[in-house]
Amino acid sequence: MMLEVSDLHVYYGAIHALQGISLQVGEGEIVTLIGANGAGKSTTLRALSGLIRPRAGKVVFRNEDITRKPAHEIVKLGLVQAPEGRRIFANLTVAENLEMGAYTRSDRKEIEASRERVFRSFPRLKERYHQMAGTLSGGEQQMLAIGRALMSRPTMLLLDEPSMGLSPILVDEIFAIIQEINQQGTTVLLVEQNAYMALSIAHRAYVLETGRIVLSGTAQELREHPQVRAAYLGDVAEVQEAG
Amino acid sequence: MHYLLQQIVNGLQLGLIYALIALGYTMVYGIIKLINFAHGDVFMVGAFLGYYGFAVYHLPFYLAVVIAMIGCAILGVTIEFLAYRPLRYAPRIAALITAIGVSLFLEYFSSLKFAFGPDYRTVPRPFTEIHWQIAGTTITNTQVIVAVVVVVLLAFLQFLIYHTKVGKAMRAVSFDHDAARLMGINVNTVISATFGLGSALAAAGGTLYAVAYPQIWPFMGIMPGLKAFTAAVLGGIGNIPGAVLGSLLMGQIEVLTAGFISSNFRDVIAFSVLILVLLVRPAGLLGQAGPEKV
Ligand SMILES: Nc1ncnc2c1ncn2[C@@H]1O[C@H](COP(=O)(O)OP(=O)(O)OP(=O)(O)O)[C@@H](O)[C@H]1O
Ligand SMILES: [Mg+2]
Repeated sequence: MMLEVSDLHVYYGAIHALQGISLQVGEGEIVTLIGANGAGKSTTLRALSGLIRPRAGKVVFRNEDITRKPAHEIVKLGLVQAPEGRRIFANLTVAENLEMGAYTRSDRKEIEASRERVFRSFPRLKERYHQMAGTLSGGEQQMLAIGRALMSRPTMLLLDEPSMGLSPILVDEIFAIIQEINQQGTTVLLVEQNAYMALSIAHRAYVLETGRIVLSGTAQELREHPQVRAAYLGDVAEVQEAG
Repeated sequence: MHYLLQQIVNGLQLGLIYALIALGYTMVYGIIKLINFAHGDVFMVGAFLGYYGFAVYHLPFYLAVVIAMIGCAILGVTIEFLAYRPLRYAPRIAALITAIGVSLFLEYFSSLKFAFGPDYRTVPRPFTEIHWQIAGTTITNTQVIVAVVVVVLLAFLQFLIYHTKVGKAMRAVSFDHDAARLMGINVNTVISATFGLGSALAAAGGTLYAVAYPQIWPFMGIMPGLKAFTAAVLGGIGNIPGAVLGSLLMGQIEVLTAGFISSNFRDVIAFSVLILVLLVRPAGLLGQAGPEKV
């Protein structure tokens, strides 16, 4: 297993946000974590990246215990997150944002190659290269957030709601790119509200409810699971099937 | 007319020195939202280190400046590590009170006999003074040296912040700590570097101040520190060009008030201008009204 999370507990003060999360992600997989608002999806990713210290439990990434490692060292190990809400550096140019993505690397030629690869996925970023990132449109900012994460050449990518606030066309585009990134060898853990899209590209999935995993299985199994259909796919699935 | 020109030249010298101090306030505020009240005292230590360098150990002037800068960079990094870092996630008032404590500590510790001692010291000139008459205005080599050193340091800072990896990391951290962490940036290291850099600039300012206004003592940092802080707020705290602009204005306001009204009024007018500007533009002259973070 590339990532193994066991019995993870996270608190915000008195709030018990994660109540014993266990999940695994295998090499080369796209695994998705779905759940309603406030279920603890972002909290899970923040704990994996070392932004918050879990009270209990264990996170093992490529056979190394990273539970208490500082965030910047986790990035160096190849576990990289594009956080919820994009969090691009609005006061830096697109070029500088990408450079920050490659902060842990020093191999100039290889960084150049990564940048070219990002431009191939997101040609728009090349056009906006010297623009301040704060002036990009929402969709462009999301592309920059993903491109920036790719600049570190991650072994595994954590994506927190990459489709948030995007038009349907852009959502399709972003998901196609996530699939492509995965096919080129990057393992992906994808957090999404858009369960329909997430389950259509994922291999496996976990369903999170108020800090606990309540369901897990292959994407196929969950797509057909009555509880998932009722709570997370709802009309969407029926409309898609009808059409 | 000549008198006005002369005052402007004098005000420029003062403003340039304020700029070196104001930059430290604004950079530290930009990165951890702390008003580092001990910064004026770091400036004082810089003045003493410079003085020891060129007046006591008779080192070449530029070397004295460099040593003062290195000494204060170490001091600034140490202050952050010991006093502010443990309070990083504490309520902001805790760090603010600590900053006042650090300030008092530096002032009274420096006053001890085995440190700098409590007395005023007159600073001998590190180089013979030369006067030039240009358009009826007297310009001294001290003023030229102050201007050259400040401009060189500003150019260096500009290069560092916009063209080096650590400078870009500083801007990234000042915008969003957690996002910077997710890039693999060690935020603590970047904050240390910011304190080191700001303190080194203040030390250069202190050494120049000791040459331009040749009297030093352990409490000399209070007023220039306050003025430079005011200048940083005037320009827009957290904004680097703003700190320089605010400082240059501050220097002019003070010297022109002293020259044309009365030197008793220089501080009153300087702080009044601050209040007026903040009433009209609460974020300062170049500051944005609240960073847009969604
Ligand atoms: N900084 C915080 N302080 C206190 N409580 C928090 C904090 N961040 C999150 N929480 C709480 O923890 C729980 C999980 O939040 P989290 O952000 O992980 O949810 P999420 O599944 O990502 O939701 P969404 O889909 O809305 O992004 C929520 O109840 C939230 O209110
Ligand atoms: Mg979330």
